[in-house]
Amino acid sequence: MVPAVCGTLLGLALYASSLCAISGATFLYHDYCVIGAGPAGLQAAYFLQQAGRDYVVFERSHAPGSFFALYPRHRKLISINKQYTGKSNSEFNLRHDWNSLLSHDRRLLFRRYSRDFFPDADTMVRYLEDFASLLKLRVQYNSAIIHVTLEKNEQAWNGHYFLLTDQDRKNYKCSSLLVAAGMWVPNVVNFPGSEYVEGYETVSINPEDFTGQTVLILGRGNSAFETAENILGVTNFIHMVSRSRVRLSWATHYVGDLRAVNNGLLDTYQLKSLDGLLEGDLEDLAIVKDKKGKLHITLRFYLENRNISAGIDSITLPQDELDNFATRAPYDRVIRCLGWKFDFSIYNRSLRMMPGKGNIKKYPQIKPNYESRGTRGLFVLGTASHSVDFRKSAGGFIHGFRYTTRAVHRLLENRHHGVPWPSTVYPITQLTNSIIKRVNEASGLYQMFSVLADIILLRENATAFEYLEEYPIGVLAELEMQTGRKARNGLFVIIMEYGRNFSGADKDVFYYNRAVGEAQHAWQSNFLHPVVYYYKHLPTEREMRLCPPDWPLPRPNAIHHIVEDFLTDWTAPNAHILPLRRFLENCLSTDLRNFFAESCFLFAFTHQKLPPSCQQGYVRMQGLLGSQELRQHAVQAGLLQDYTHTDFLGDRPPDSHHGSQEHLMRDHGIPVRPLQHLVNAKDEL
Amino acid sequence: MPAQKDRWVSSLVFLLSCASSIPQCGSASLQQEQSPQHYFSGLEAGKPSLAFFTPTVSPSAQPFLEHIESSAEALQDYGVSVVKVNCPKEDVSRYCGKENALRKAFLFRGNRLIREFPTDALFDVNSIVANVLFALLFNEVKYVETLADLENIENVLKGKSNMVFAYVPATGTAEHRAVMEAAFVYGTIHQFVLTTEAALLKATSHDDPDVSSAWLLFCHCQQVTEPAQACRRTALAQPLTLLNIHRHLKLMAAPLVTEVAEDPEKISTVHLQLGLPLVFILSQKETYEADRRTAEFVAWQLLGKAGVALLSRDLVELNVLQRSNVALKTPDEGMPIQYLVLEDTDEVITLVEDKNKVKQIQEDEQEEEEDEDEKENNNQDIQDDQVVEAVSRDKKRELPLEQILVLTEENFHSSLSEAARTVVVLFYASWEAVSLAVLRSYSEVAAHLQGTPGVLLSRVNCWDWTGLCSQENVTQFPTIRIYQEGQQSVTYGGMWGTEELSSFILLSQVSCPLKLATMDEAEGYLRGEFPSELSSLHHPSLLGVFSSATSEAREAFEEAGNILSGQVRMGMYFEDDALALSQKYSVSPPALLLARSSGQSVEGIALSEHSVQDMVQMIRYQLLDIFPEITVPNLPQYLQLGKPFLILFSAGDISQVESKEMLKLAKRRPQKTFVVCWLNLKKTPVGYGILRTYFSTIPPLPLLLWVNLHAGGQVFKFPSEQSITEMNILLWLEKLQAGLEIPSSTLSEEDWKPPLPAYDFLQMMEPSVPELSPHPGDTPAQHPPKNPGGDTAGGDSATREEPSQESTAEEGGAPGRGLRGTAPRLAARDKQGKRHSEL
Repeated sequence: MVPAVCGTLLGLALYASSLCAISGATFLYHDYCVIGAGPAGLQAAYFLQQAGRDYVVFERSHAPGSFFALYPRHRKLISINKQYTGKSNSEFNLRHDWNSLLSHDRRLLFRRYSRDFFPDADTMVRYLEDFASLLKLRVQYNSAIIHVTLEKNEQAWNGHYFLLTDQDRKNYKCSSLLVAAGMWVPNVVNFPGSEYVEGYETVSINPEDFTGQTVLILGRGNSAFETAENILGVTNFIHMVSRSRVRLSWATHYVGDLRAVNNGLLDTYQLKSLDGLLEGDLEDLAIVKDKKGKLHITLRFYLENRNISAGIDSITLPQDELDNFATRAPYDRVIRCLGWKFDFSIYNRSLRMMPGKGNIKKYPQIKPNYESRGTRGLFVLGTASHSVDFRKSAGGFIHGFRYTTRAVHRLLENRHHGVPWPSTVYPITQLTNSIIKRVNEASGLYQMFSVLADIILLRENATAFEYLEEYPIGVLAELEMQTGRKARNGLFVIIMEYGRNFSGADKDVFYYNRAVGEAQHAWQSNFLHPVVYYYKHLPTEREMRLCPPDWPLPRPNAIHHIVEDFLTDWTAPNAHILPLRRFLENCLSTDLRNFFAESCFLFAFTHQKLPPSCQQGYVRMQGLLGSQELRQHAVQAGLLQDYTHTDFLGDRPPDSHHGSQEHLMRDHGIPVRPLQHLVNAKDEL
Repeated sequence: MPAQKDRWVSSLVFLLSCASSIPQCGSASLQQEQSPQHYFSGLEAGKPSLAFFTPTVSPSAQPFLEHIESSAEALQDYGVSVVKVNCPKEDVSRYCGKENALRKAFLFRGNRLIREFPTDALFDVNSIVANVLFALLFNEVKYVETLADLENIENVLKGKSNMVFAYVPATGTAEHRAVMEAAFVYGTIHQFVLTTEAALLKATSHDDPDVSSAWLLFCHCQQVTEPAQACRRTALAQPLTLLNIHRHLKLMAAPLVTEVAEDPEKISTVHLQLGLPLVFILSQKETYEADRRTAEFVAWQLLGKAGVALLSRDLVELNVLQRSNVALKTPDEGMPIQYLVLEDTDEVITLVEDKNKVKQIQEDEQEEEEDEDEKENNNQDIQDDQVVEAVSRDKKRELPLEQILVLTEENFHSSLSEAARTVVVLFYASWEAVSLAVLRSYSEVAAHLQGTPGVLLSRVNCWDWTGLCSQENVTQFPTIRIYQEGQQSVTYGGMWGTEELSSFILLSQVSCPLKLATMDEAEGYLRGEFPSELSSLHHPSLLGVFSSATSEAREAFEEAGNILSGQVRMGMYFEDDALALSQKYSVSPPALLLARSSGQSVEGIALSEHSVQDMVQMIRYQLLDIFPEITVPNLPQYLQLGKPFLILFSAGDISQVESKEMLKLAKRRPQKTFVVCWLNLKKTPVGYGILRTYFSTIPPLPLLLWVNLHAGGQVFKFPSEQSITEMNILLWLEKLQAGLEIPSSTLSEEDWKPPLPAYDFLQMMEPSVPELSPHPGDTPAQHPPKNPGGDTAGGDSATREEPSQESTAEEGGAPGRGLRGTAPRLAARDKQGKRHSEL
């Protein structure tokens, strides 16, 4: 009885937090609970606040962004903060602003906080504080959620409530749980001697502490290189060991790989300046400390049958058998920089929060709509949701997850509040334009390439279409259910892609002729470029599962690549817009050209049907009369007939009796041959 | 006589077989004779042969020999054998002995010499055949040099037989050969007459003939009974080839009018067999004689172009209109017979001639289309959007945009609230062609309105200020909005033209409807003098007059004014003397007074509508002209009525008489089912394009047409011989509605398909990306890892989760490697030196 009463109570006292007592415990209720007031938590809070939803954010620290208060240890953020792009388009500029969160408040742009291209982490903390306070987000600080469990209830949105307990044993109850807790549990390795290893979290950041020392760093990520960079100048030498080869982000096009800003050690390694990189499995290692306090690397294999207490002398070192073993020199310090993992510990087993498999085991398992695989209604946001696009796109970083968080919010609005995914309806004549506009400015498509897509849903007879922005393509099959929009008459999916075999740790991304210049070879484009997929029907779940490897989407009915552009400016009339128009025309089987009013006038008198541009423009009194000069140009191009000087008595040769339509039907333009050397200029630069 | 008949038959066979396959025609070749003695002893009586005599070796005559050899085959078909006679060295006879005899060819009939030809007259096969036949047919083909000679022959032939008269520019040509070959076959039936005199040609043809091309006339002399009567002549319209002459003579020999008493669908005549149409004149017993005469008259006109048959309706059950009088059967298979109602024999002739013309045009077009198909792929990357192309050709011209304020996110709101009362904003995208085209017109508007107080023209580039544009809810480019303080912004919904935009801006400055305070103002308003800001506009003035009691109608009128703001000049008067004002125009309030800019008179219209939508509709309808001149900008207003157009095409202004008649017609209340209008081709030259689509050539102007724009798309042409009067038009319309007229043209029903194909990237990708098969049934695991030499043991799970390049590359060092293997491997790798990076 009690839970039921509680449910009704909830139903009645909907807004604000309501109290509800079950089995002696007091629960504070909210529709949405957000764990963590980092960038993702605040971003989610912003959208919930804008939509007028009942929510609360729990933050274990006294201020937002507690992770950034500590990390990165050396305080330099590696997300770019581009002050100038030469453009004033605010959406476009977000493509090069990797730190700002999304909001309507123009004061909350990161470039107003820092002038540094790679800003200081303290600035991020300050920014997040401002974000929370200026937007009056409801954050409950000093509340560390230490336990989360479920309570079955049929009336709940998802069939259960989430019960949260904080460090003071205060209880909270929510219908939907958004986990934006980040990844903060350090990855540690256990091997004999790992007690001698210092952690990135606590290691000194004062270079003087390393003067004249020999250092071994475990790990090959940005934190490892950042640590090395800091002490490069004062150490004897630094060796770095990790399981896999170094991945340079400019080769992999993945911002989480080693960034050039941190890679000073690569320089000294390749120039034989004593520093070095090695590959090997850390699990196989062992560290032995000698009497002088020096640390020796050996292999677990040699230790297995030994009594460690017997002392260093009795332990075999690799150099005993192999006298040129690479890491035979003893080290003064070993530092572990192995990254972080998700904190699985606070979730009750009933939530089935499972780690992912393989290289995403540090992340919780989630579906492409960011909902936990184990629990309905639990969404993972922010960097912890990176399993969806790990090592591919930017979902693990502010500039990526600010968009996926918005996508999750839109999914929730539709699921729980009957607010369909926002969309705009346009007449079909605006089809080419709306795509060109978005691929040129949209930041969400650009950052979350191959993950978020713009969707164009065609209306009946293809006279109009509906435009949906930044929908997660992983759940394309469920589009109708997830967005509340209908996709009965076919759809276009617009995403951005790199060339299929271009990115990779071992790829030469500077090879000659890497850039494609001609529109007809656009499908071989290597750099990020827009791709349009056309489906006559929404792909089914099965088709999504059987997607060709390396393909973000199933085989479409037709596909179009807009050729890569050196300036990422896809507005060239002949190289970009014309082939796109032809593609759209052929998918829809219509003529999407623009016509001057005069042509429409002629068509109105000579055709029973009119092309869309005349039908939706001229006939509705919005004809394009065009200035004298323009019409003259069209006449010169052979695309418009000039009748002014017609001698109406003169018999024309029969082939011209159809006059201007003939001309309009044909293509009489003067061929414009691309300037070959300029088109391929990208290679030379 | 039997011999002659044989010749007839054999050559007909030749004609038929040879016409299609001249190159293969027989390989019978040159006969060779040992010596003149041999040759002459072997000659048959009466059999013609062409001989040339040659010393055993004579290199000089080599080219001539080749022609002779190849003409031997052709001549053999006419029973002429070609013989090469070798001259023994010692022979000094007539043919072999003399030097110059060796440069000649000799034509014998039997052993009688008919002619000798110098070899330079036999320059090719055509000349050999033509000259030989000409010599042989000396009696059958008369050569004339003067007109008198020709007339003499003609007179002799009258009542007896027909004559074929041919002019060739020179003998020995291909045309000469064709005529001679035809004469060989038909020479006994018709008298052939040949000339090379240009003067004769000029005397026998009507217009200025081209003396360099051959010409053939068939003169119907056989039927001529009176010596004074001239022979009718039918010229061959096609080039002079054997086949064409043959065809022409066959047609001339066919009966002039065929009488038919069976189902016309089953009829086949020589005309249809030769690919010409057959015209049926439908006859009845009562009118037989007259019909027969008509048929003969038509047949003479159409001789050589179509056949004419007289079909008796009494004998054949016809399932067609009683009124139909003509039927047309085309040679195309499967084409049904067309039954028509025609009034005049000329119509029959035009019908046939146009058909032929259309057919020819279609053929031409088909060829062109084929050409286009070939070119297609090259055209894909050529701009075929007239607006985009025009704008990009114009992009280097600097636009005079100084008068237009550039608005940004920073200054947008402050600019709107500044002193200027009316702020016009063009929202556009700098990369979008239509936007840029409108920007050009907008700059002209700026120049036009320069100095107009209270108007500020500005623009926002949505490519720069996307946030501002979405805030202002601008979803389409271009958009023009007018912002006035304290009022909702108005979005422009008219034509993107300089004039239209200017008048919109000017009209928007004045409130709509404008409240008029005094009777004087109201009168001034109707005259277009008040308010002074609008005096430059030639818009109709619409004044709503309300007694204060009728507030409901007034409110609706005000609402309608808000909707029509900028489009219509609307005023409102509701002072105490409103009644007096309206009664001046014999209406009582609530009423509308409408002063069209064109006329001075003011119309009074009683107001019965009270809903805003109805009011707006009514006002729009009232503002339409009764007999408008259709122009490019105003057509859509009339198109929206959804009615057929009765449209008068005029080469300039229409005459007063026509205008009066048309206006009378337009004013007839019951005739409101169609739009009566006219088009000034001087002002709207694209009208020529319309006419050229309807008629292959522009008919005489003025031209009245009925165009069914919305249903069926038929175009009817008002008979040009009738004068344009109200009564004539009404009668014509009645007939038209009764379905008694034939449309001159029909609007194309074609859909607007993509003009060219797109790049088929899917197809291009398939060979290089085999995974992209239509049935991606195979799982990713079946694809070998892309990292060659990579250690995949234990890497399976990773592959399945993330089959990407990055992850496979990583597998090289995947976990799960046996610990034992590590040290040796380490050692091995370290020794290699090259890869000392791998631990």
